[in-house]
Amino acid sequence: MSATMQAPRVQPEVPRDADVPRPIGTRRSLGDRVFRAVLLCGGVAVLAIMGFVGIFLFLRAWDALSQAGWDFLTTQAWEPDSGNFGIAAILVGTILIATVAVVVAVPFAVGVALYISEYAPPRLRQSLISIVDLMAAIPSVVFGLWGFFFLQGHITGLARWLSTTFDWFPPFQVPGSDPDDPLATATVYTSSTFIAGLVVAMMITPVIASIMREVFTQAPVGEREGALALGATRWGMIRRVVLPYGKGGMIGGTMLGLGRALGETIAVYMIISPVFAIQWHVLANGGSSVSSLIALRYGESTPFGMSALMAAGLALFLMTLAINFGASSVVARSRSGASS
Amino acid sequence: MADLAPARGEVRRQLTGLRISDLLNLCGAGAAAVALTALISSQLAPVTSPLGFVALAAAIFLALYALLVSLAERGVAVRDRLVTVMVHGLAFTVLAVLVFIVVFTFARGAAALPHLNFFTDDMAKAGPLDPLDVGGIAHAIVGTLIQITIALVITIPLGLLTAVFLTEMPGRFARLVRTVVEAMTALPSIVAGLFVYATLVLALGVPKSGVAAATAISIMMLPIMIRSADVVLRLVPGTLKEASYALGAGQFRTVRQVVLPTTRSGLTTAVILATARGIGETSPVLLTSGFTAAMNSDPTSGPMVSLPLAIFQFVKSPEPTMVARGFGTAAVLMLLVLALFVVARVIGGSNPLKKDERRRAKEQARARRRTSRSKRPARLSSLSALAREHAAAPGGSTPVKHTPVEHTPVEHLPLEPSPQEQS
Repeated sequence: MSATMQAPRVQPEVPRDADVPRPIGTRRSLGDRVFRAVLLCGGVAVLAIMGFVGIFLFLRAWDALSQAGWDFLTTQAWEPDSGNFGIAAILVGTILIATVAVVVAVPFAVGVALYISEYAPPRLRQSLISIVDLMAAIPSVVFGLWGFFFLQGHITGLARWLSTTFDWFPPFQVPGSDPDDPLATATVYTSSTFIAGLVVAMMITPVIASIMREVFTQAPVGEREGALALGATRWGMIRRVVLPYGKGGMIGGTMLGLGRALGETIAVYMIISPVFAIQWHVLANGGSSVSSLIALRYGESTPFGMSALMAAGLALFLMTLAINFGASSVVARSRSGASS
Repeated sequence: MADLAPARGEVRRQLTGLRISDLLNLCGAGAAAVALTALISSQLAPVTSPLGFVALAAAIFLALYALLVSLAERGVAVRDRLVTVMVHGLAFTVLAVLVFIVVFTFARGAAALPHLNFFTDDMAKAGPLDPLDVGGIAHAIVGTLIQITIALVITIPLGLLTAVFLTEMPGRFARLVRTVVEAMTALPSIVAGLFVYATLVLALGVPKSGVAAATAISIMMLPIMIRSADVVLRLVPGTLKEASYALGAGQFRTVRQVVLPTTRSGLTTAVILATARGIGETSPVLLTSGFTAAMNSDPTSGPMVSLPLAIFQFVKSPEPTMVARGFGTAAVLMLLVLALFVVARVIGGSNPLKKDERRRAKEQARARRRTSRSKRPARLSSLSALAREHAAAPGGSTPVKHTPVEHTPVEHLPLEPSPQEQS
């Protein structure tokens, strides 16, 4: 384009009546200029709202942050009005719940995604995709109900088995339990990080699965057939073509699921019984998360307590933000490209 | 937004083929696993819970199945069969659990749902000890409808405007807006609620009310809607827009008469999906709307309860009737989300681009069936059939499968260079 437009200038000796390309400039009509201004206003408004949320959170949190200083990250207590508060315990609790959720959800999500993209009969495929998408939209309070009224009562057997079989693994130890006592109460195993993590895992499995499924189906047909033509079995083809191709999407999907798991409130709030000390024993009663702390304490907070909650919320937001950006950059840089 | 992904010219081969021995292996391993597990759990080890039984049976099944297959096949094929069985198992476990969650909710709510007053009354005159034929959730239904309407009134114009802005005026500023919107999808819902609570309720003195709750829901819905609308708008074929410009239309006319009508169904889907997410949000509403047991149809004053919040409050009570009400409310909420999804599917399904794509896929399938019927003599295992096809005729045998399908705008959909091309 630019080469042809500049051509007349470097050859000034053209006859006056020769054809000269006219410079093309677009002058927008009045309507278009108004339209573009309105669009710009929309963009600015959204930017302002979203920016305001972030900035406001930071400003309101500043009170608490400046008083607590670096102790905010290391204190294991939540008594803002006596100045003794920090997110060490609740942040660890949040991360533990999310870790349990992701560890449980990822194998299931890979199974669902591979089934839909590789194994399911084509006639079923579309309905399965719809079902998974629908499951991703089930309100979290419904999962919370299920976890509280069903899972809690039925999972203690598994928790007890895990803690007695793997008691050499520190996170699985349960203080206060006595596996030799047949009449021991099961309450040491209830309201635990593990159960909350399982419920959150059920919530994020459809989310992760739908991203992975989308990437898996994009694996090039030519490469698939190449693998098959070389004598690969279906699993050989999946392992050598589909999984390497979808690696970025798998990592990205997992991280997006992790982001959802970190921010989950209601299901965790219904199940866990809050403690404000670092609870490494995931199978044992008690745990905490930032979002359930906010839901628990917002109503009875003084202005300073509110600021402390804001600081906790800000820490959670920054964490999910970092994970989300990490996820989208991993997905965008992978061969399969941005998928969602 | 998988629906609008560009169609590919190539069609994947379907690898099927089930031999009688495969079926027998599966059945045999299954029967043996159940029998062995029953033996172990009743005679050798105390496996009491159903979960333990199923897990043990699954492990034994895998081992036996591997053994059976390895009698006839080599290691590669054994691994393939094992993975096939495991993938099926994982997928069906997830689907079964998710279906169970839905069924469980309906079963526990079944006590409350048949009562008509459950849908027409509020809880103002019903105490925790009252039976289920007193009181209902009309106030929560009305509250949800009002709140989501207000939220939509805020988010639809703003969201569409921003999405159009992102695609029509690309540049550094648009990229900044897109990044910020993407960042806000990471905002935990409770933090959005806390933000509205701290600004509107505490700082500006707006009472805890429907408006405050709707604002919190809007903040959650806006980024979701902008992102999905942006994806849809980016898929508009460049040729369509260029044709409009070439006819002398300005940008506004092009957007109004070409871009928006082309993407109408996709945009509707985006709105509905955002609505489905917004309707189920509990935590922002918990902080901002307040709680009441009475009907309140005025969003500007007084607490207003919504369906998810009502569920949350009901199940906090130890009374069985209240818990049944909670599950009944959850069933109503899920039906609402389901209805929204079905509407989104129906509208999304009537996309002209997609319809064309589906018709083409159907034609291809028919053509493929015709050729394969004439070629394939009997049931063959997939790979040998595939190999035979390739060996038999390098050119002429299967021309239909590779028919290039251009000449539709769908092929030219990606407007932006893909990431590899950029880097």
